[in-house]
Amino acid sequence: MGSDDGFIEIIDVTKAFGPADRRVYALGGVAATIRRGEFFTLLGPSGCGKTTLLRLIAGFELPTSGEIRLDGQEIGHLPPFRRPVNTVFQNYALFPHMTVAQNIGFGLEMLGKPKADIAATVERMLALVKMTDLAGRRTDQLSGGQQQRVALARALAPQPKVLLLDEPLSALDLKLRKEMQVELKRIQLETGITFIFVTHDQEEALTMSDRIAVMSGGKILQIGTPREIYAHPTNRFVADFIGETNFIRARVQGGKAIVGGEVEVPLPAAPAQGEVTLAIRPEHLRLVAKGTAGALTATVGDAVYFGTDSHVHLTLGDGTGIVVRQQTDPDGREGPAPGSVLGVSFPPAAVQVLED
Amino acid sequence: MRETEATREAAQVRRNWLLSLPALLLLAAGAIGPLFIMLIYSFLTPGKYGNVEWIFSLDAWRGILFTRDIFDETLKLADAHLTIFWRSVRLSFLTTVFTFVVGFPTAWFIATRPPRWRAFWLFLITIPFWTNLLIRTFAINQIIRNEGFLNTFLIKIGVISEPLNLLYTDLAVFLGMTYVYLPLMVLPLYAAIERFDHRLLEAGYDLYASRLAVLRRIIFPTVKPGIIAGSILVFIPSLGAYVTPRILGGGRNMMIGNFIDLQFGQGRNWPLGASLSVMLLVVVTAALLIYVRFANRDRGHG
Ligand SMILES: Nc1ncnc2c1ncn2[C@@H]1O[C@H](COP(=O)(O)OP(=O)(O)O)[C@@H](O)[C@H]1O
Ligand SMILES: [Mg+2]
Repeated sequence: MGSDDGFIEIIDVTKAFGPADRRVYALGGVAATIRRGEFFTLLGPSGCGKTTLLRLIAGFELPTSGEIRLDGQEIGHLPPFRRPVNTVFQNYALFPHMTVAQNIGFGLEMLGKPKADIAATVERMLALVKMTDLAGRRTDQLSGGQQQRVALARALAPQPKVLLLDEPLSALDLKLRKEMQVELKRIQLETGITFIFVTHDQEEALTMSDRIAVMSGGKILQIGTPREIYAHPTNRFVADFIGETNFIRARVQGGKAIVGGEVEVPLPAAPAQGEVTLAIRPEHLRLVAKGTAGALTATVGDAVYFGTDSHVHLTLGDGTGIVVRQQTDPDGREGPAPGSVLGVSFPPAAVQVLED
Repeated sequence: MRETEATREAAQVRRNWLLSLPALLLLAAGAIGPLFIMLIYSFLTPGKYGNVEWIFSLDAWRGILFTRDIFDETLKLADAHLTIFWRSVRLSFLTTVFTFVVGFPTAWFIATRPPRWRAFWLFLITIPFWTNLLIRTFAINQIIRNEGFLNTFLIKIGVISEPLNLLYTDLAVFLGMTYVYLPLMVLPLYAAIERFDHRLLEAGYDLYASRLAVLRRIIFPTVKPGIIAGSILVFIPSLGAYVTPRILGGGRNMMIGNFIDLQFGQGRNWPLGASLSVMLLVVVTAALLIYVRFANRDRGHG
């Protein structure tokens, strides 16, 4: 039994495709530790290797190097039918020649469970995903959302230690997707099964996950809770991919970052010397009068009105474009006039120093 | 408004029927006509030198299963006929099973090649169709006869010392039919497998199915229409095969087709030939219906 802290351990896993002379690395050295009962999300743009990592855990691909441990046991080289791991496929992959109930019972049947147990579990799963009425339907007579539920029930029925979900909601329309996000969360809490969830939708990742691994180019760039990832991105890609961010170049001098030669920002862990990139979220910037102490001087460009807030685009002295998110005034006043020069201030805590 | 539309539609339907009338007549004359003649002939009396005499008789139908003893004129089961029927059914069944066993992996192989290669492999499968059946069958004859390629080769490499007596055996007929009808099994199987969603395999493995279980529980049920079509396309022509048993089975290892031919030739018993033909048709149709019903019955059961 592994500790709860390291339920699934992915240890320096690489995966290459193609012949030896034209190898393409889909994963180039990935390490992660996933806790028992966690809702863990792999987030990243298309082609970054999320599916590949999931398929390695499921056993559909074998790692080129590295290890995958589940509950302390190396499983990276077992065939899929020997791993206590089930998958909800992106296209659902329901068996077209079986009914809903037969689909859900298939895994248990293959495990050789007694018929009565299978029937009972299938009943429970049908209730869990609210599909009891459609138990006898053929799967090609179901809507996308219903197929999704069957796929989920089918993967949960054998009570796997880990459930893998590869962009399960991407085929659903927005309303249904929101509903299923809530459902998935509920089901995960009810069953207590560890979920590894793949998505390229940052909002989905932020709202659903206990922890997120942000991936890019076959690597994991940062792992953390949604709050950590959003508030303290460690590199430019993460900061840019999740939410909106302003990037401002700064010179480091004596433990402080100097922006535009005018404003000093105290840094918690500053590199000794040189240039750094600072990330500041648009909602942490304030428009103030020109010349206010600690504020950057900026020229107002255009503003985009969103109802609850508006995004004001400004240009700093060195030509860097930044965005300030301003709450809409209750009295409905217009924002600052284009062309006017203002100050932009921010609390020091809002500044993130990025690794380049 | 409504009325005129209905009338116009009715006129359209009439016109459609009228237009297809020549084709329908041709079909009736070509397909049903000969059958009808067969049916009538099967109730007549054989003429002395072939042909028929217009005297009603049930002898031809009785003759399918019974012969009249030459001495005391009692009816006895015609063992020779039963042997021929049994051989036909058995060889056709074996041929169907064996073409499936060989054809399934072949079709699977082709369907899993990259799309641009599939046409090439299918083309290879269809090459035998370019040559006349007679010539292909004679080629097999050449390969398996005592001094043929196979025996010479096996003796050369020392596996056997005496030639295997393959030609003019049931085994030869079976091999020949398997060879001849294999493409008819491969093509419908290919069509079904090509449509098979290969992601279902991963779903199967993911749900703890072994490779064998995936084959039995997921692949076979999903490509069943192809299996049914292939089996029908092989079994029916096998049952009525004429050329292959003639050339590879010699005169003794007759199948129904040869037996019917015999009645219209040396046998000079056209009514018996006719009743045998009608019986073959009825049996095949019945078998087909039962098979299709049976194959579709457990839909969803796996
Ligand atoms: N079977 C494969 N053969 C070759 N390249 C592959 C294969 N599977 C994935 N790749 C490549 O690996 C990279 C990552 O793919 P994938 O894991 O599917 O990304 P994601 O799921 O994040 O969109 C892509 O560049 C893709 O082209
Ligand atoms: Mg993917």
